[in-house]
Amino acid sequence: MSLYYVQKLLYQLNRDPEVRGRFEADKDAVLASYTLTNEERVALATGDIGLLYVMGVNGQILMHYAALLGMPWDDYIHAMREGVRRYGPVRAGIYALADVNPPPS
Amino acid sequence: MSLVFAGVCSHAPGITGRKERADPTLRDGFYAALERMRLALEAARPDALVVVAAEHFANFFMNNMPAFCVGMAEEYEGPIEDEAWLGIRRAKVPGDTGLSRRLIAEVMQDVDLAYAEEWKLDHGIMVPLHFLTPRYDLTLVPANINCQGPPLAPLHRCHAFGRALRRAADAVPERIAIVGTGGISHWPATPDSGRINEAWDRAFLDRFVANDTDALLSYTDAQTYREAGQGGFEIRTFIAVAGAAQGAQGELWFYAPIPIFAVGCTVATFAVS
Repeated sequence: MSLYYVQKLLYQLNRDPEVRGRFEADKDAVLASYTLTNEERVALATGDIGLLYVMGVNGQILMHYAALLGMPWDDYIHAMREGVRRYGPVRAGIYALADVNPPPS
Repeated sequence: MSLVFAGVCSHAPGITGRKERADPTLRDGFYAALERMRLALEAARPDALVVVAAEHFANFFMNNMPAFCVGMAEEYEGPIEDEAWLGIRRAKVPGDTGLSRRLIAEVMQDVDLAYAEEWKLDHGIMVPLHFLTPRYDLTLVPANINCQGPPLAPLHRCHAFGRALRRAADAVPERIAIVGTGGISHWPATPDSGRINEAWDRAFLDRFVANDTDALLSYTDAQTYREAGQGGFEIRTFIAVAGAAQGAQGELWFYAPIPIFAVGCTVATFAVS
Protein backbone atom coordinates (compact mmCIF):
# COMPACT_ATOMS: atom_id res chain seq x y z
CA MET A 1 0.00 0.00 0.00
CA SER A 2 1.81 3.09 -1.20
CA LEU A 3 -0.97 5.58 -1.80
CA TYR A 4 1.49 8.39 -1.20
CA TYR A 5 3.56 7.47 -4.25
CA VAL A 6 0.51 6.80 -6.42
CA GLN A 7 -0.66 10.31 -5.64
CA LYS A 8 2.82 11.73 -6.07
CA LEU A 9 3.15 10.42 -9.61
CA LEU A 10 -0.33 11.70 -10.53
CA TYR A 11 0.47 15.09 -8.97
CA GLN A 12 3.62 15.33 -11.08
CA LEU A 13 1.86 14.19 -14.25
CA ASN A 14 -0.85 16.80 -13.71
CA ARG A 15 1.50 19.74 -13.31
CA ASP A 16 4.67 18.90 -15.19
CA PRO A 17 4.65 18.47 -18.99
CA GLU A 18 8.16 17.00 -18.81
CA VAL A 19 7.08 14.11 -16.54
CA ARG A 20 4.01 13.69 -18.72
CA GLY A 21 6.20 13.34 -21.82
CA ARG A 22 8.41 10.72 -20.18
CA PHE A 23 5.36 8.80 -18.94
CA GLU A 24 3.77 8.76 -22.39
CA ALA A 25 7.04 7.61 -23.96
CA ASP A 26 7.82 4.82 -21.47
CA LYS A 27 5.34 4.17 -18.66
CA ASP A 28 7.26 1.25 -17.16
CA ALA A 29 10.44 3.27 -16.80
CA VAL A 30 8.65 6.07 -14.97
CA LEU A 31 6.64 3.67 -12.79
CA ALA A 32 9.83 1.85 -11.82
CA SER A 33 11.10 4.91 -9.99
CA TYR A 34 8.16 4.94 -7.55
CA THR A 35 7.52 2.52 -4.67
CA LEU A 36 4.34 0.84 -5.85
CA THR A 37 2.45 -2.42 -5.41
CA ASN A 38 1.60 -4.38 -8.52
CA GLU A 39 -2.06 -3.38 -8.28
CA GLU A 40 -1.04 0.28 -8.11
CA ARG A 41 1.32 -0.08 -11.06
CA VAL A 42 -1.41 -1.64 -13.20
CA ALA A 43 -3.99 0.97 -12.14
CA LEU A 44 -1.60 3.77 -13.13
CA ALA A 45 -0.46 2.12 -16.36
CA THR A 46 -4.04 1.55 -17.52
CA GLY A 47 -5.48 4.81 -16.16
CA ASP A 48 -8.08 2.89 -14.11
CA ILE A 49 -9.85 5.91 -12.57
CA GLY A 50 -12.31 3.71 -10.64
CA LEU A 51 -9.60 1.70 -8.93
CA LEU A 52 -7.47 4.75 -8.24
CA TYR A 53 -10.49 6.36 -6.56
CA VAL A 54 -11.12 3.25 -4.45
CA MET A 55 -7.44 3.13 -3.45
CA GLY A 56 -7.97 6.56 -1.92
CA VAL A 57 -6.39 8.99 -4.39
CA ASN A 58 -7.55 12.48 -3.49
CA GLY A 59 -10.25 13.49 -5.95
CA GLN A 60 -8.62 16.84 -6.59
CA ILE A 61 -5.64 14.95 -7.99
CA LEU A 62 -7.72 12.32 -9.76
CA MET A 63 -10.12 14.81 -11.37
CA HIS A 64 -7.23 16.64 -13.01
CA TYR A 65 -5.74 13.36 -14.13
CA ALA A 66 -9.01 12.20 -15.70
CA ALA A 67 -9.14 15.51 -17.56
CA LEU A 68 -5.59 14.93 -18.73
CA LEU A 69 -6.64 11.52 -20.07
CA GLY A 70 -9.33 13.34 -22.01
CA MET A 71 -12.19 11.67 -20.15
CA PRO A 72 -15.54 13.41 -20.56
CA TRP A 73 -17.07 14.56 -17.25
CA ASP A 74 -19.88 12.02 -17.14
CA ASP A 75 -17.50 9.15 -17.95
CA TYR A 76 -15.22 10.24 -15.12
CA ILE A 77 -18.07 10.31 -12.57
CA HIS A 78 -19.28 6.95 -13.93
CA ALA A 79 -15.78 5.46 -13.66
CA MET A 80 -15.63 6.30 -9.93
CA ARG A 81 -19.08 4.78 -9.32
CA GLU A 82 -18.09 1.72 -11.32
CA GLY A 83 -14.86 1.47 -9.32
CA VAL A 84 -16.79 1.35 -6.04
CA ARG A 85 -19.13 -1.29 -7.49
CA ARG A 86 -16.26 -3.47 -8.71
CA TYR A 87 -13.63 -3.01 -6.02
CA GLY A 88 -15.67 -2.03 -2.95
CA PRO A 89 -15.67 1.10 -0.81
CA VAL A 90 -12.83 3.60 -0.71
CA ARG A 91 -9.98 2.03 1.27
CA ALA A 92 -7.94 4.99 2.49
CA GLY A 93 -7.48 8.72 2.29
CA ILE A 94 -9.86 11.60 2.73
CA TYR A 95 -13.00 9.77 1.54
CA ALA A 96 -12.52 7.00 4.08
CA LEU A 97 -12.07 9.48 6.92
CA ALA A 98 -15.61 9.27 8.21
CA ASP A 99 -15.25 5.56 8.89
CA VAL A 100 -11.70 5.02 9.96
CA ASN A 101 -10.13 8.28 10.94
CA PRO A 102 -12.30 11.30 11.66
CA PRO A 103 -10.65 14.53 10.65
CA PRO A 104 -9.21 16.63 13.45
CA SER A 105 -11.80 18.69 15.26
CA MET B 1 -2.39 52.18 2.49
CA SER B 2 -5.36 50.06 3.37
CA LEU B 3 -7.59 47.21 2.50
CA VAL B 4 -9.89 48.70 -0.15
CA PHE B 5 -12.02 45.69 -1.03
CA ALA B 6 -12.96 42.36 0.55
CA GLY B 7 -15.18 39.66 -0.85
CA VAL B 8 -15.62 36.00 -1.58
CA CYS B 9 -16.71 33.97 -4.57
CA SER B 10 -16.93 30.34 -5.50
CA HIS B 11 -14.53 28.53 -7.76
CA ALA B 12 -15.07 25.23 -9.53
CA PRO B 13 -13.94 23.90 -12.88
CA GLY B 14 -17.56 23.41 -13.96
CA ILE B 15 -18.31 27.15 -13.64
CA THR B 16 -16.40 27.71 -16.87
CA GLY B 17 -15.86 24.17 -18.16
CA ARG B 18 -19.47 22.93 -18.09
CA LYS B 19 -21.32 26.22 -18.38
CA GLU B 20 -23.55 25.07 -21.24
CA ARG B 21 -25.01 22.32 -19.03
CA ALA B 22 -26.20 24.59 -16.20
CA ASP B 23 -29.69 26.00 -15.74
CA PRO B 24 -29.31 29.19 -17.83
CA THR B 25 -31.24 31.41 -15.40
CA LEU B 26 -29.15 30.40 -12.39
CA ARG B 27 -25.92 30.48 -14.34
CA ASP B 28 -26.56 33.91 -15.80
CA GLY B 29 -27.59 35.23 -12.38
CA PHE B 30 -24.34 33.95 -10.94
CA TYR B 31 -22.29 35.39 -13.80
CA ALA B 32 -24.07 38.73 -13.34
CA ALA B 33 -23.15 38.76 -9.63
CA LEU B 34 -19.52 38.06 -10.56
CA GLU B 35 -19.67 40.91 -13.06
CA ARG B 36 -21.04 43.17 -10.31
CA MET B 37 -18.10 42.09 -8.19
CA ARG B 38 -15.68 42.88 -11.01
CA LEU B 39 -17.09 46.41 -11.25
CA ALA B 40 -16.94 46.91 -7.49
CA LEU B 41 -13.38 45.65 -7.42
CA GLU B 42 -12.42 48.01 -10.23
CA ALA B 43 -14.15 50.94 -8.51
CA ALA B 44 -12.01 50.29 -5.42
CA ARG B 45 -8.93 50.99 -7.59
CA PRO B 46 -6.69 48.34 -6.04
CA ASP B 47 -2.98 48.13 -6.82
CA ALA B 48 -2.96 44.43 -6.06
CA LEU B 49 -5.35 41.58 -5.40
CA VAL B 50 -4.72 38.99 -2.71
CA VAL B 51 -6.62 35.81 -3.58
CA VAL B 52 -7.05 33.49 -0.61
CA ALA B 53 -7.46 30.14 -2.30
CA ALA B 54 -7.68 26.45 -1.56
CA GLU B 55 -5.51 25.06 -4.31
CA HIS B 56 -5.85 21.52 -5.54
CA PHE B 57 -2.35 20.05 -5.70
CA ALA B 58 -1.06 22.39 -8.36
CA ASN B 59 1.91 23.40 -6.22
CA PHE B 60 1.79 21.72 -2.86
CA PHE B 61 1.88 18.04 -2.05
CA MET B 62 2.09 15.81 0.97
CA ASN B 63 5.90 15.78 0.83
CA ASN B 64 5.93 19.26 2.35
CA MET B 65 2.43 20.66 2.74
CA PRO B 66 2.22 24.25 4.00
CA ALA B 67 -0.79 25.13 6.15
CA PHE B 68 -0.48 28.68 4.78
CA CYS B 69 1.56 29.91 1.84
CA VAL B 70 1.80 33.23 0.01
CA GLY B 71 3.27 33.68 -3.45
CA MET B 72 6.29 35.89 -4.00
CA ALA B 73 6.84 35.62 -7.76
CA GLU B 74 7.15 38.28 -10.46
CA GLU B 75 4.71 36.35 -12.61
CA TYR B 76 2.26 33.48 -12.35
CA GLU B 77 0.80 31.22 -15.01
CA GLY B 78 -2.32 29.13 -15.27
CA PRO B 79 -4.35 27.12 -15.56
CA ILE B 80 -2.41 23.88 -15.09
CA GLU B 81 -5.51 22.06 -16.31
CA ASP B 82 -6.37 21.27 -19.90
CA GLU B 83 -7.59 24.55 -21.41
CA ALA B 84 -10.56 23.03 -23.21
CA TRP B 85 -11.64 21.03 -20.15
CA LEU B 86 -11.60 24.14 -17.98
CA GLY B 87 -12.78 26.56 -20.65
CA ILE B 88 -10.01 29.02 -19.77
CA ARG B 89 -7.03 29.83 -21.97
CA ARG B 90 -3.55 29.68 -20.45
CA ALA B 91 -2.36 33.13 -19.43
CA LYS B 92 0.30 34.90 -17.45
CA VAL B 93 -0.70 36.99 -14.45
CA PRO B 94 1.59 39.70 -13.09
CA GLY B 95 2.98 39.43 -9.57
CA ASP B 96 5.10 41.80 -7.51
CA THR B 97 7.92 40.19 -5.56
CA GLY B 98 8.61 43.31 -3.53
CA LEU B 99 5.00 43.78 -2.43
CA SER B 100 4.63 40.08 -1.63
CA ARG B 101 7.80 40.20 0.44
CA ARG B 102 6.55 43.15 2.51
CA LEU B 103 3.14 41.55 3.05
CA ILE B 104 4.68 38.21 3.98
CA ALA B 105 7.07 39.78 6.47
CA GLU B 106 4.19 41.54 8.17
CA VAL B 107 1.94 38.45 8.26
CA MET B 108 4.83 36.52 9.81
CA GLN B 109 4.54 38.70 12.90
CA ASP B 110 1.47 36.62 13.72
CA VAL B 111 1.33 33.54 11.53
CA ASP B 112 4.11 31.17 10.50
CA LEU B 113 3.93 31.26 6.77
CA ALA B 114 5.52 29.48 3.84
CA TYR B 115 6.30 31.49 0.74
CA ALA B 116 6.77 30.42 -2.86
CA GLU B 117 8.63 32.15 -5.69
CA GLU B 118 7.14 29.66 -8.11
CA TRP B 119 3.41 29.11 -8.27
CA LYS B 120 1.18 27.53 -10.88
CA LEU B 121 -2.44 28.58 -10.86
CA ASP B 122 -5.20 25.98 -11.04
CA HIS B 123 -8.93 26.51 -11.44
CA GLY B 124 -9.11 27.63 -7.80
CA ILE B 125 -7.60 30.99 -8.75
CA MET B 126 -8.08 31.02 -12.53
CA VAL B 127 -11.89 30.78 -12.37
CA PRO B 128 -12.22 33.84 -10.09
CA LEU B 129 -9.66 35.81 -12.16
CA HIS B 130 -11.43 34.86 -15.39
CA PHE B 131 -14.46 36.81 -14.12
CA LEU B 132 -12.90 39.47 -11.88
CA THR B 133 -9.81 40.51 -13.87
CA PRO B 134 -10.53 39.07 -17.32
CA ARG B 135 -7.53 40.82 -18.87
CA TYR B 136 -5.27 39.41 -16.13
CA ASP B 137 -3.78 42.85 -15.66
CA LEU B 138 -4.11 43.33 -11.89
CA THR B 139 -1.11 42.38 -9.75
CA LEU B 140 -1.81 39.10 -8.00
CA VAL B 141 -0.67 37.93 -4.58
CA PRO B 142 -1.82 34.32 -4.31
CA ALA B 143 -2.36 33.06 -0.78
CA ASN B 144 -3.20 29.47 -0.03
CA ILE B 145 -4.75 27.63 2.85
CA ASN B 146 -4.41 23.86 2.76
CA CYS B 147 -8.01 22.65 2.56
CA GLN B 148 -7.38 19.38 0.71
CA GLY B 149 -4.93 17.19 2.61
CA PRO B 150 -5.54 16.85 6.37
CA PRO B 151 -4.25 17.62 8.93
CA LEU B 152 -5.55 21.12 8.17
CA ALA B 153 -5.00 24.35 10.06
CA PRO B 154 -7.80 24.83 12.62
CA LEU B 155 -10.42 27.46 11.76
CA HIS B 156 -9.21 29.92 14.39
CA ARG B 157 -5.77 29.92 12.77
CA CYS B 158 -7.34 30.66 9.39
CA HIS B 159 -9.14 33.59 10.98
CA ALA B 160 -5.82 34.74 12.48
CA PHE B 161 -4.25 34.43 9.02
CA GLY B 162 -6.96 36.72 7.64
CA ARG B 163 -6.46 39.26 10.43
CA ALA B 164 -2.71 39.19 9.77
CA LEU B 165 -3.31 39.77 6.04
CA ARG B 166 -5.45 42.76 6.97
CA ARG B 167 -2.74 44.20 9.19
CA ALA B 168 -0.20 43.66 6.43
CA ALA B 169 -2.48 45.31 3.85
CA ASP B 170 -2.94 48.31 6.11
CA ALA B 171 0.83 48.57 6.61
CA VAL B 172 1.88 48.85 2.94
CA PRO B 173 1.41 51.98 0.80
CA GLU B 174 -0.42 50.07 -1.96
CA ARG B 175 -4.20 49.73 -2.13
CA ILE B 176 -4.96 46.07 -1.47
CA ALA B 177 -8.03 44.04 -2.35
CA ILE B 178 -8.70 40.60 -0.95
CA VAL B 179 -10.92 37.91 -2.42
CA GLY B 180 -11.44 34.52 -0.81
CA THR B 181 -12.51 31.61 -2.93
CA GLY B 182 -13.85 28.32 -1.74
CA GLY B 183 -16.87 26.17 -1.66
CA ILE B 184 -19.26 25.86 1.23
CA SER B 185 -20.87 22.41 1.35
CA HIS B 186 -19.90 20.25 -1.60
CA TRP B 187 -18.55 16.84 -2.50
CA PRO B 188 -16.35 17.71 -5.47
CA ALA B 189 -14.42 15.10 -7.43
CA THR B 190 -16.35 12.21 -5.91
CA PRO B 191 -19.28 10.11 -7.14
CA ASP B 192 -21.42 12.53 -5.05
CA SER B 193 -20.31 15.50 -7.16
CA GLY B 194 -23.32 17.79 -7.51
CA ARG B 195 -24.62 17.15 -4.00
CA ILE B 196 -25.02 20.45 -2.11
CA ASN B 197 -26.45 20.99 1.38
CA GLU B 198 -28.28 24.25 0.78
CA ALA B 199 -29.57 24.59 4.36
CA TRP B 200 -26.04 24.19 5.72
CA ASP B 201 -24.73 26.73 3.22
CA ARG B 202 -27.37 29.29 4.08
CA ALA B 203 -26.75 28.88 7.82
CA PHE B 204 -23.04 29.37 7.21
CA LEU B 205 -23.63 32.43 5.03
CA ASP B 206 -25.84 33.99 7.73
CA ARG B 207 -22.94 33.78 10.15
CA PHE B 208 -20.56 34.94 7.45
CA VAL B 209 -22.35 38.14 6.44
CA ALA B 210 -23.00 38.95 10.10
CA ASN B 211 -19.24 38.47 10.52
CA ASP B 212 -19.96 36.58 13.74
CA THR B 213 -16.49 35.31 14.61
CA ASP B 214 -17.54 32.96 17.41
CA ALA B 215 -20.24 31.37 15.28
CA LEU B 216 -17.89 31.00 12.29
CA LEU B 217 -15.23 29.37 14.41
CA SER B 218 -17.59 26.98 16.16
CA TYR B 219 -17.67 24.40 13.34
CA THR B 220 -15.67 21.24 13.83
CA ASP B 221 -14.11 19.44 10.87
CA ALA B 222 -15.88 16.22 11.86
CA GLN B 223 -19.24 18.00 11.67
CA THR B 224 -18.31 19.76 8.43
CA TYR B 225 -17.20 16.50 6.83
CA ARG B 226 -20.46 14.81 7.83
CA GLU B 227 -22.83 17.57 6.75
CA ALA B 228 -20.92 19.54 4.14
CA GLY B 229 -18.50 17.02 2.63
CA GLN B 230 -14.74 17.21 2.34
CA GLY B 231 -15.28 20.24 0.07
CA GLY B 232 -16.69 22.02 3.12
CA PHE B 233 -13.17 22.23 4.54
CA GLU B 234 -12.76 25.15 2.12
CA ILE B 235 -14.82 27.39 4.45
CA ARG B 236 -11.32 28.22 5.69
CA THR B 237 -10.87 30.70 2.83
CA PHE B 238 -14.15 32.45 3.68
CA ILE B 239 -13.21 32.54 7.35
CA ALA B 240 -9.84 34.12 6.54
CA VAL B 241 -11.62 36.89 4.61
CA ALA B 242 -14.06 37.36 7.50
CA GLY B 243 -10.96 37.77 9.67
CA ALA B 244 -9.50 40.34 7.26
CA ALA B 245 -12.82 42.20 7.37
CA GLN B 246 -13.37 41.81 11.11
CA GLY B 247 -15.85 44.38 12.36
CA ALA B 248 -17.36 44.95 8.90
CA GLN B 249 -20.77 43.67 7.86
CA GLY B 250 -21.11 41.54 4.78
CA GLU B 251 -23.66 41.45 2.03
CA LEU B 252 -24.68 38.36 0.12
CA TRP B 253 -24.95 39.20 -3.58
CA PHE B 254 -25.72 35.73 -4.86
CA TYR B 255 -26.24 32.19 -3.65
CA ALA B 256 -27.70 29.28 -5.57
CA PRO B 257 -26.83 25.60 -5.70
CA ILE B 258 -25.87 24.76 -9.29
CA PRO B 259 -25.31 20.98 -9.27
CA ILE B 260 -23.44 20.71 -12.58
CA PHE B 261 -20.96 23.23 -11.14
CA ALA B 262 -20.73 20.92 -8.10
CA VAL B 263 -21.02 23.80 -5.64
CA GLY B 264 -23.45 26.31 -4.13
CA CYS B 265 -22.40 29.34 -6.14
CA THR B 266 -21.73 32.33 -3.92
CA VAL B 267 -20.76 35.97 -4.26
CA ALA B 268 -20.50 38.15 -1.15
CA THR B 269 -18.62 41.26 -0.09
CA PHE B 270 -17.76 43.14 3.08
CA ALA B 271 -18.02 46.91 3.47
CA VAL B 272 -14.40 47.56 4.41
CA SER B 273 -13.82 51.04 3.09
